[in-house]
Amino acid sequence: MTAVTMGKAINMGLRRALEDAAKVLVMGEDVGKLGGVFRVTDGLQKDFGEERVIDTPLAESGIIGTAVGLAMRGYRPVCEIQFDGFVFPGFDQIVSQVAKLRYRSQGRVPMPIVIRIPFGGGIGAVEHHSESPEAYFVHTAGLKVVSCSNPADAYWMIQQAIRSDDPIVFFEPKRRYHDKAEVDVEASPAPLHDARVIRPGQHCTVVCWGPMVRTSLDAATAAAEEGTELEVIDLRSLSPMDLAPVYDSVQRTGRLVVVNESPRTAGLPGEIATLVTERCFYHLEAPVLRVTGFDAPYPPARAEDSFLPDLDRVLDAVDRSLAY
Amino acid sequence: MTVDSMTASPRQGTDCVQLLTPEGERVRPPGYENVEFSADELRNFYRDFVLIRRIDTEATALQRQGELGIWASLLGQEAAQVGSARALRPDDYVFPTYREHGAAWCRGIDPIRLLGLYRGVDHGDWDPAEYNFGLYTIVIGAQCLHAAGYAMGMMRDGADGAVLAYFGDGASAQGDVNESFIWAGVFNAPVVFFCQNNQWAISVPLQRQTRTPLYKRAEGFGFPGIQVDGNDVLAVHEVTKRALQNAREGNGPALIEAVTYRMGAHTTNDDPTRYRIAGEVEEWRLKDPIERVRVYLARNGLVDQAFFDSIEEEANDLAATLRKQCLALPDPDPMRVFSEVYAESSPLLDEEREQFARYLASFEGGAQ
Ligand SMILES: Cc1ncc(C[n+]2csc(CCOP(=O)(O)OP(=O)(O)O)c2C)c(N)n1
Repeated sequence: MTAVTMGKAINMGLRRALEDAAKVLVMGEDVGKLGGVFRVTDGLQKDFGEERVIDTPLAESGIIGTAVGLAMRGYRPVCEIQFDGFVFPGFDQIVSQVAKLRYRSQGRVPMPIVIRIPFGGGIGAVEHHSESPEAYFVHTAGLKVVSCSNPADAYWMIQQAIRSDDPIVFFEPKRRYHDKAEVDVEASPAPLHDARVIRPGQHCTVVCWGPMVRTSLDAATAAAEEGTELEVIDLRSLSPMDLAPVYDSVQRTGRLVVVNESPRTAGLPGEIATLVTERCFYHLEAPVLRVTGFDAPYPPARAEDSFLPDLDRVLDAVDRSLAY
Repeated sequence: MTVDSMTASPRQGTDCVQLLTPEGERVRPPGYENVEFSADELRNFYRDFVLIRRIDTEATALQRQGELGIWASLLGQEAAQVGSARALRPDDYVFPTYREHGAAWCRGIDPIRLLGLYRGVDHGDWDPAEYNFGLYTIVIGAQCLHAAGYAMGMMRDGADGAVLAYFGDGASAQGDVNESFIWAGVFNAPVVFFCQNNQWAISVPLQRQTRTPLYKRAEGFGFPGIQVDGNDVLAVHEVTKRALQNAREGNGPALIEAVTYRMGAHTTNDDPTRYRIAGEVEEWRLKDPIERVRVYLARNGLVDQAFFDSIEEEANDLAATLRKQCLALPDPDPMRVFSEVYAESSPLLDEEREQFARYLASFEGGAQ
């Protein structure tokens, strides 16, 4: 086993999916020769040809809409949206067509499409390159939404997403693309839609996904130095959400902090808080607290450090929870 | 036509292909001198016309009586639809909008399925793969991209069919339609874009959608565009046949602009008297697609009165059956809401389904 970056792990996963099934196509802006702006598709076109790894015209609705037609023809398109903020021109095709065709046709027209979106901030980019739009998609029935947080998950989850007969919006935390870890390519991976307790602890539960997983783990390490044990859960799948481990954890810790980069209002942490309150009401020692981005457009890069939840904001929320 | 009016008006140009005039005269413009139609073909067009118009009239009446939520009439567009759809081979694939009742009919879809959709019992209960006819698409222009993608898939599979994508003059303004032109063009996909320019997008006239005649846009996307008299079934059929064949042979897409007219309201919710003048409708009534075939058949002795009578009777029977079937359509099971949301279900949705089932059951046992 060798350590690889998360970007490379996704690349390896895509490669294996392309090898395994001739119907898998990779398509998007610059995914061919360039290998994508993050090089996640590096070398794929060279090895699988321009017919399987397709540089598309620059039009997101076109990328998604033609993927719909290809899927109807039996293909399994994996679309790359170059940056989070550019998914919106394709939004209509995703929420009105991709999400609904199976339902509209009562199962006759499956939509085995994966839409890969490098998302989130923390890379010092200009506007529209740092957004966390996952809630829009989770709010749409018919879509499934996942987010990887480490190389091993990235390697397996992308393959599982491609094998799924449901459309999957696949959020890749772009600032973690360069994080390295070992990937066991022989492992039997966790089911795509399972959440995972990645650090056990007894004082407070922290739920997170994607880019906030590392932040939350760092917070847990810092808290441990002061004797507070955080139980960190990587949700992994945002739709459907596997909250069983969260209920289980909250019933032991009595406290929950949800961490996420998106603006706070109507985001996923609110949904998680409601579900946990419904199920764990008598176990809660404190209200469920949210650590999120602000209800403001993503700021200029030099202000993003104060926008994005960091270790201290997570610890602050934990302290507030413990103070009840 | 003056140069001025040519450039300022997006309407019918002088190179609009016509093979049968509104008066029922056969004409043979350059490039189409040798096009022939058998008597059977002509009779079949006529039969399609009468039956479709009857379906349309019956559906409109059913809507008025509260049996359908809404209906989008195809009145006046029969030739554009029958002419194009009858040019398809079974292995070609069609992507319709919500008004393609004539094309659906030609593909063998039972009209009760269309009524079911507009009654609100389902979203279109036919198997697209069985008829090679996609589900009706309500979002304007979206299906043109699906058509381009499907055509790309056909090309990869080595299938030698083609795709026909229907859309309207209003849709021509949508990004998706223009993006589909780009995709089809640069990938040389076998798709024929078929615009039924019926002059109106609800209340908005063609002039508010485009400054150029629509067929001329194709040139900018790198493929041929052709304008055809959309009320002339012969011209539509021939032009579509050629474009489909050309696409099947690997020569890429084409755009056909069928100049026609929506003689009725946009849908049963619409009141066209608020935005268009009666004279315009009258002018187009003289170009009725059915009437000119009828005149041609009769004048050339290709049919007798018994032919017209038997089709009339067939139409009456069809309408009566349709009405009966429509009234008998059952409402969907409330649990149908949860059906086929996902290939592999989701636990939270399963939970919602169970809660709702329990809720429904609570009325059955506990109502008294
Ligand atoms: C994206 C979108 N915007 C608006 C509508 C509402 N709408 C339904 S039909 C229509 C006009 C369409 O005109 P056209 O494309 O010319 O087709 P026609 O109805 O004339 O056949 C509009 C605006 C819609 N269905 N989809």
